[in-house]
Amino acid sequence: MNTEERTKIAGNGDWQPRIVAFFCNWCTYTAADLAGVSRMKYAPNVRIIRVMCSGRVDPQFVLDAFARGADGVLIGGCHPGDCHYIEGNYKALRRERMLRRMLREMGIEGARFRLEWISASEGEKVKSVMNDMVEKVRGLGPLRLPERRREWDREMAEEPGEKEVIAHV
Amino acid sequence: MSEKPKVGFYWCASCGGCEESIVDLAEDILMVTDAVDIVFWPVGLDFKRRDLEAMDDGAITASMINGAIRTSEQEEMARLLRRKSRIVVAYGACAQMGGIPSLANQFEREQLLRYVYEDAPTVVNEGKTRPREVHRDNGHTLSLPQFRNVVRALDQVIDVDYYLPGCPPTPKLLKEAVLALLSGNLPPKGTVLAPDTALCDQCPLRDSKPADLKISRFARPHQIEVDPEKCLLAQGLACMGPATRAGCEARCITGHMPCTGCFGPTSRVKDHGAKILSALASTVDANEVAEIDAALSGIPDPVGTFYRYGLAKSLLRRRVKVEV
Repeated sequence: MNTEERTKIAGNGDWQPRIVAFFCNWCTYTAADLAGVSRMKYAPNVRIIRVMCSGRVDPQFVLDAFARGADGVLIGGCHPGDCHYIEGNYKALRRERMLRRMLREMGIEGARFRLEWISASEGEKVKSVMNDMVEKVRGLGPLRLPERRREWDREMAEEPGEKEVIAHV
Repeated sequence: MSEKPKVGFYWCASCGGCEESIVDLAEDILMVTDAVDIVFWPVGLDFKRRDLEAMDDGAITASMINGAIRTSEQEEMARLLRRKSRIVVAYGACAQMGGIPSLANQFEREQLLRYVYEDAPTVVNEGKTRPREVHRDNGHTLSLPQFRNVVRALDQVIDVDYYLPGCPPTPKLLKEAVLALLSGNLPPKGTVLAPDTALCDQCPLRDSKPADLKISRFARPHQIEVDPEKCLLAQGLACMGPATRAGCEARCITGHMPCTGCFGPTSRVKDHGAKILSALASTVDANEVAEIDAALSGIPDPVGTFYRYGLAKSLLRRRVKVEV
């Protein structure tokens, strides 16, 4: 998709990627806090949702975020071995491996979905991961699932009876 | 004139199995016809669309509509039946969730038509002839319904009162539904007429399900020798039981086959496929990416496995971008 097409689809020239991020309370959310108090500047496109563990992120949350208009979904958890609940992050990883394959089959590009291990001290990594993801998603263009759903249903809008119809019953 | 409640049956994009399940009532169908008049059932009895059109709005007590909605004609019939019926029941997995036909939502209409009329190995069609929606010949006009780009569940086209799940629904559930309709003792609108609990709860193998499932590699039924006494999930088969509604009397499990999810999710679940993906993937007995991927490679078709009966009602609904 070229820039012109992207602009057309977005309806105006100022489309900005919308990323939903699920951050684990113990590591990545704390790291995002650290990035904040350290006054690091990062892309303002990420909406952070705090969860107690990356293992709490149900794949339904990811699909729901896309379905409601997210252009990308980021999950942040503790490094392997560091999970506050022993193996919640491994569960997140196993689900991510399967969900990634499924999303690809459903036509959603890999760069729109990302799992990262970011410990509480890695404020800098929060910044670099967010910036990198925003740029990659910007390159892919808007996903706009809510708009697509309306477009898909437009084919039903024609008034019945307007066309010549022969009963097939 | 008879004062019996009137019932209609209709099929849309379906295989005929749901119609068969009505016939499967066997002698009990006499009990049904004692209690109700079947006023519309094109598969079984000679009714035409004009008979339905001639009825007053709301004249039918309940219509059971099976099949997904794929064509403009099915949309029209669904709307017509909605107008004529006080209660509409989405009958079977296709009407409830899109069913197997909605797996076609992974493709564009053009891809499907090209394959079916040109590319399929069994097709010889040098002229690349395809059916057209309108054909005129000698002053005569013949029209075909429009083949839509998206396959839909019934409630994505019309308002639906109840859902009878299954591929097909069991005679037991159908009988219970008809009795509930007759008694007038109806559950709240939108209810799925089956127990709201996971199949594992009613599974005959539930006692052999380990508390902590660990699966080292998923397999398909033909790849392993199934132990009929042991939880199928524990044997590595991708059984949908943990995330699928009960009520089928565990018929597949009794036949040593894993649940494929035709009863859809319980009421707490928003996206059946995502939920079963979550349940199955998190049981993988590995922590390294390569090992996890190897274990999950036993599920070669995630969309076809997790959304076998419900792609139309999934959160994503259809494949987003397709190269045609």
